[in-house]
Amino acid sequence: MSTATDPIGRRLPDTLASYWEQDLVKIFSTLAAVYTLYLLVGVLLGYDLFGQLNSLRRLTFLIVVYGIAALVVNLHWGYSGLFNIGVVGFMAVGVYTATILSRPVAGQNPTGSLPGFGVPLPLAIVAGVLTAAAAGYVAALPSLRLRNDYFAIVTLAFAEILRITFKSSELQEITVFGWTFGTGGGRGIRTFSNPVRTFFETSGQPIVAAVESTGLDGKIIPDWSFVFVLLTILIGTYWLISRLSASPFGRVLKGIRDDEEATQSLAKNTSSFKIRAFVIGCAILGLLGIVWQGASSGYVTPDRFIPELTFFIWIAVIIGGAGSNTGTIVGTILFVGLILEGPGQVRRLVEEFVGLSGSVPTFPDALGALVSGNIDPVMLYVFDQTSALRIILTGLVLIWLLKRRPQGLFGDRQEVASAINLEDRVTKRRERGSGAQTSGGDGN
Amino acid sequence: MLRDITPERLHNSTRIRLALFSAVLALLLLDLLRRLLGGTLAPALLTGYVWNGLVFGLIIGLAGVGLSLTYDLLGFANFAHGDYISVSAFIGWGSTYLVAGLGEFNLLNLFFLGVGDTVFPRDVGISVTNTPGAVLIGLVVAAVGGAAVALLIDRFVYESIRETGAITLLIASIGVAFTLRFLIVFLFTQNSFGLTVGAWTYGLSLPGGTVNVSAPEIMLVTVAVASMVSVHLLLTRTKLGKAMRAMSTNRDLARITGIPSERVITATWLLGGALAGLAGFMIALFQGTINYQLGWTLLLLVFAGVIMGGIGSVYGAIVGGVLIGLVTRVSQIWIPASFAEAVGFAVMIVILLTRPSGIFGGDAL
Repeated sequence: MSTATDPIGRRLPDTLASYWEQDLVKIFSTLAAVYTLYLLVGVLLGYDLFGQLNSLRRLTFLIVVYGIAALVVNLHWGYSGLFNIGVVGFMAVGVYTATILSRPVAGQNPTGSLPGFGVPLPLAIVAGVLTAAAAGYVAALPSLRLRNDYFAIVTLAFAEILRITFKSSELQEITVFGWTFGTGGGRGIRTFSNPVRTFFETSGQPIVAAVESTGLDGKIIPDWSFVFVLLTILIGTYWLISRLSASPFGRVLKGIRDDEEATQSLAKNTSSFKIRAFVIGCAILGLLGIVWQGASSGYVTPDRFIPELTFFIWIAVIIGGAGSNTGTIVGTILFVGLILEGPGQVRRLVEEFVGLSGSVPTFPDALGALVSGNIDPVMLYVFDQTSALRIILTGLVLIWLLKRRPQGLFGDRQEVASAINLEDRVTKRRERGSGAQTSGGDGN
Repeated sequence: MLRDITPERLHNSTRIRLALFSAVLALLLLDLLRRLLGGTLAPALLTGYVWNGLVFGLIIGLAGVGLSLTYDLLGFANFAHGDYISVSAFIGWGSTYLVAGLGEFNLLNLFFLGVGDTVFPRDVGISVTNTPGAVLIGLVVAAVGGAAVALLIDRFVYESIRETGAITLLIASIGVAFTLRFLIVFLFTQNSFGLTVGAWTYGLSLPGGTVNVSAPEIMLVTVAVASMVSVHLLLTRTKLGKAMRAMSTNRDLARITGIPSERVITATWLLGGALAGLAGFMIALFQGTINYQLGWTLLLLVFAGVIMGGIGSVYGAIVGGVLIGLVTRVSQIWIPASFAEAVGFAVMIVILLTRPSGIFGGDAL
């Protein structure tokens, strides 16, 4: 019996479709397709092995970090019906808390920049995660009884308040009870050194040296190791959220999402469930903020936490289909591979093969040239604007999806709510000819 | 919805929050009086804050009327409203430049506000008192542009998914918002453009300094009040306005009584878009600069005003907007100016928690 309802599964022949049912097959075949595409582009651009590995590393890194955030959005929206569009705010809370705590105390400050509290990094990370969770609690507790659209506005406003606070020059450097610390204001703040990189600079140095002796750039070892550390966090998050959604706790969440009043009438304290789901998600976002914005570049500014980032994370979930962890990951792979990084790749290819040169700084210049019959300046201008085009493309894809397939790729798959598959029983009864009246299953 | 199940507890907690809110407000007013009487706060400074907040608040109110109307009629929070403001402001100011600099500069460079440093504000010399004609033409073009953008977006995006629910529409509007915003970036880059040169200003002498009342501000107040009065007359005196009100009260009943709902929705988009255009043009005039984030930075404050006044209430949106404008400016007595917006957002959150239906009604629960 072929039950595939997603657009890909429906088009596959039956033999392949039965494999496609498996979540891991979906994820890995999408990943393999995107990887192949990037390797092909790399071959066309004449990358060497290091170049190829580096291009894949960048791709994987983005997929992993966006994947973690997208899983949280799926937990909030797909499973609990909490419309959180302040995702970046909680990431900011995590990374700023961890950074301010872990900066060296004033006076014993080797880098000469902003002092902090000198807390050891592991403790600071734990504190960052807990503070993000606490921020989630503060944001969610009073707003849970609000309608979805108001909840969205509150979370967005909350994230913006946080961004304005981190950006304000008044908190750039302050002294309270003899402790000097600060957010660094608009210029940002140096975070902590990445433990993975530090490892390969000290005791892991022989490994890097061994790789370098084969002729490769040794940088790929710490870089890829860091990606694998992040991948562990992604797998952990996936496991946690899958377990949660399959547990009695998750069943209540899905009940709230589908019909909060009905769930209440079954004597479930829906507010408590929603808050717990929200806080768990915010804690993960805090951790993600620390490892993504904090550890990867060693510097963090408030402008990293603009609403565009939230928008990107949301679209990854919507492409895959809210309510499905697998769909979320597949959606993230497609989003990062095609929409986020795709325009840049196309640009590189065109630059390589069309051989455009020069630059056209403004749109009127390009338009003026077009009028006189020269199309090259328009192309040049368009390729100079990839960062704007990427967001326009994202917006258009989102609108198109909502019009054509609002449930995303895998969003409409049937979830079996009870521990026993009742649908099977109904089918069996039907086969026996005892005339079951209903088709069972609760849909979505 | 929750209220139906546990009425007493929730009613009580709302009452406690409301009492707390009033107490804080009373405390702030007392402190304000103390500072004024004690001489630590100059009356001129306070008047300046109030005047500035009033002007800013009128723009928020103007933008809020459109948002509130569409929110109420179509039942979704239109996150693209801020970017209707930006897009129409760019169109309007492009036209103003075109008219003011006609014959002296390249037309394309003029319409694109001199992007790439080809035309500078001092070259064109636009101000309300120097080139009133160009400014008025720009204002009209901005209103028409805003109406056109709102209608086009509805036809291409919202119309076909109108029945799929408020959240789908909301997500779609976020997509529209980002598309429009970065379309502006694509055409105009991320730079800020200076727009005007100094205009005539009246210095009002008060104890402790002078309060400047500039020509743009006077124009702004005039345009805002005139538009608000027109909207009021439209809603109360014309058939179309009555149809709008009927539809927002009960859509099904309105349909049964023969109100052409599609035509009313179209009219609502046109009206909301035109008001957004006016607000966009005026806020750019007020600030003297324009960039692609113009409407987005305003949007949450507009939401704050609309929610404060109560969704669907036109007068509520105006009053709420003015209050939010005043709050962001007067709060500077206590809080640094860089937190002005944050204070506006915080007030909105507090309103949502204490009185989610707003001052003039509506329903949030």
